[in-house]
Amino acid sequence: MGNMLSAIWSQPEDGSAPPLFSRIVAFTTVLLLISALFWFAFNQLQYGWNWGAVWQYRQKFLQGWLTTLLISAAALCLSLLISVFFALARRSRLLPLRYLSLLYIEVVRGTPLLVQILVFFYVVADAVGVSNRYAVGILTLALFAGAYLSEIIRAGIESVGESQLESAAAIGLTRLQTYRFVIFPQVVRRILPPLTGQFASLIKDSSLLSIIAVSEFTLNAQEVNAFTFSTLESYLPLAVGYLLLTLPISLFSRYLEQKYRYAT
Amino acid sequence: MSIANQPLLKLENITKRFKELTAVNGVNLEVSLGEKLVIIGPSGSGKSTLLRAINLLEEIEEGTISFEGREVGYVMRGGKRHPDRPQAISALRAEIGMVFQHFHLFPHMTVLGNVMEGPMTVQRKSAEEARTIALDILEKVGLADKRDVFPATLSGGQKQRVAIARALAMRPKLMLFDEPTSALDPELVGEVFDTIHTLADEGMTMIIVTHHMGFARELADRVIFMESGNFLAQGTPEELFSIAQDNERIRGFLNRLL
Repeated sequence: MGNMLSAIWSQPEDGSAPPLFSRIVAFTTVLLLISALFWFAFNQLQYGWNWGAVWQYRQKFLQGWLTTLLISAAALCLSLLISVFFALARRSRLLPLRYLSLLYIEVVRGTPLLVQILVFFYVVADAVGVSNRYAVGILTLALFAGAYLSEIIRAGIESVGESQLESAAAIGLTRLQTYRFVIFPQVVRRILPPLTGQFASLIKDSSLLSIIAVSEFTLNAQEVNAFTFSTLESYLPLAVGYLLLTLPISLFSRYLEQKYRYAT
Repeated sequence: MSIANQPLLKLENITKRFKELTAVNGVNLEVSLGEKLVIIGPSGSGKSTLLRAINLLEEIEEGTISFEGREVGYVMRGGKRHPDRPQAISALRAEIGMVFQHFHLFPHMTVLGNVMEGPMTVQRKSAEEARTIALDILEKVGLADKRDVFPATLSGGQKQRVAIARALAMRPKLMLFDEPTSALDPELVGEVFDTIHTLADEGMTMIIVTHHMGFARELADRVIFMESGNFLAQGTPEELFSIAQDNERIRGFLNRLL
């Protein structure tokens, strides 16, 4: 009996993938245990659930969720461009570029996003005459995430090593060709896991744009709460909604990891 | 001087310093077409640095490099020397093959991908044409059957033969070997040695930096003994071995290797 159980629960000793049956059993068990824990906790609660009041505002949730989706997607693409630029600038032979990158990374990573959003919207954007809060929000979010991403990318480039740069140079590749065909494919494979985590953070950080009245998911949930006084009913959908945004990114990253896999 | 007599590579007064250390100290060298030159000497004598200076992986402080009678790598601007344009440097490297001690294959590409990369990206050949060239060369180094595997699955000797194939795919006029067998297990040295030997028999011009005396004895037209950034002695293998009888430093070095 004991042997049979350990055969179901354990990773095979030869390091091969566990059988599908084992994986399903293990995953379901863990899921059930966690669900039971929350089920128990919620049952202890003396709380008059009122989903009906919140259901009336379903349009508001949907609209907020879509806004968050669009803002995040735009900021994500923009932050990738920004971060590649600053990662390369950090390694540039031109010293001003290097210091610009260093300063950007340290200041952005070292200050609260909340303050950055306020300064960008009420000071910088105002000074240059931009009043679209969505555009400013996306740009601020992209700049914020870009600082973290560029350090991830830089570490990835450095982990590939000087020798690959040299051997690419030796067959006559230019610097640009070297990065495109030799360095980046290896970097992408290495940094996918931290990159995915950073993207999930970016999506959740977009909730801070509520302070400049961007009508995104979190702000809308707060409003529903203010109308209905049904706090849990207003915020629980928020958790599910953000999961629906972050899970596909995780799954896509797994897929890419498999695709770019090569023996090392 | 006719073109036939002109050296393929001419180095004049090459000097490379690393802070206080002078790695290469005013070296002069001419390599003619088809010549096989072997450079030996103790570790830190500057032989690898000299080799790397030839294809501009090391920037030199003084001296000139001429390839096919044309000065390369550096330009004078405002009385100071600067590295040439990146495109010009890449173009020179495309004509000079280099093989490293630790292979440095591209781990994310198959064997075939490694060999095709130069012809496709640098020489802008079609994938089909690059593939034909690459397969032909892999056949020559005896690794055609490994074309679809990734480098990580190869032995050290096989990796080095792929690295040689990668360099040959560019149809270089000169091949530089930087200790090509030093990172290999003893039983794998032979296959790489044989590959280089075949290449030498076909008339390839080559400079080999090595600790492996077989290269000096069996395929060198000329052997140079280098120490502290200088050429201490040079000649045919026989000449160098006879010089060694009178020169304690060279004799001591050779005795330790043999």
